Amino acid sequence: MELPTQTFRVTRADLVRYAGASGDFNPIHWSDRIATAVGLPGVIAHGMFTMALVGRAVTTWAGAADAVVDFGVRFTRPVVVPDDDEGTEIEVAAVVKEVTEAGLTRLDVTATCRGEKVLSQARATVRTPR
Amino acid sequence: MSLDPSFVGRTYPPTAPYQVGREKIREFATAIGATDPAHHDPAAARALGHPDVVAPPTFPVLITMAASRQIVEDPELGVDYSRVVHGDQRFAYTRPVVAGDELVCVNTIEEVTNRGGHGFLTTRTEVTDAAGEPVVAVWSKLVVRGEA
Repeated sequence: MELPTQTFRVTRADLVRYAGASGDFNPIHWSDRIATAVGLPGVIAHGMFTMALVGRAVTTWAGAADAVVDFGVRFTRPVVVPDDDEGTEIEVAAVVKEVTEAGLTRLDVTATCRGEKVLSQARATVRTPR
Repeated sequence: MSLDPSFVGRTYPPTAPYQVGREKIREFATAIGATDPAHHDPAAARALGHPDVVAPPTFPVLITMAASRQIVEDPELGVDYSRVVHGDQRFAYTRPVVAGDELVCVNTIEEVTNRGGHGFLTTRTEVTDAAGEPVVAVWSKLVVRGEA
């Protein structure tokens, strides 16, 4: 079963806010000068910010903030965030792989930005909604 | 850069307790746009059976990233942090993190491989509460990029 796709807009302001809240001040997430110096096309989102947005999608699908039992991803491609008011968009989709008798639902998740997958092996196990 | 595979299995001393604050959970939830009342309102969290506001699922990375410096900065292992890229991340929960938790991390090096000039380091962090009960196990795979 496919779950409804959720879309998240990401701007530079979001990255600055996430840097402050998470304590991850790596300059590749806020400085084009430093990002390009290390070979990136520009400032990229924190991988853990992308994962956090996917986590939001998962808890929304599950219908409860505390439903996540297991959650793992592989970061495969950077999310480039331009310095404008539009930023970029991450689309998060999922299919239900299994609903267990123990009351758990296993999801296979995909996250794409500009048509390209930014995560692989993204899987979540949530408590099945009551 | 080549990582020494003999570090597999090495476990580091427990970290100092991290006090999970209600305002920190609210700040983190706001930063990721998570508006569910259980992240912000203690009454909503209590209605789900928790003592205080519930952290979003990736919140523990704040604690485990700091704890994993034990490994990344271990001079014997010799990781060049400027070459580190995040490969994989996983959280396996016994229960959600909630405000008021005092969490201790124990880091173990689970896997070390070298391939194509890059080093791959998988760490496992067991996060326990003040009573010593398990809360969440966190795996991170770090890629240490080789010299071009």
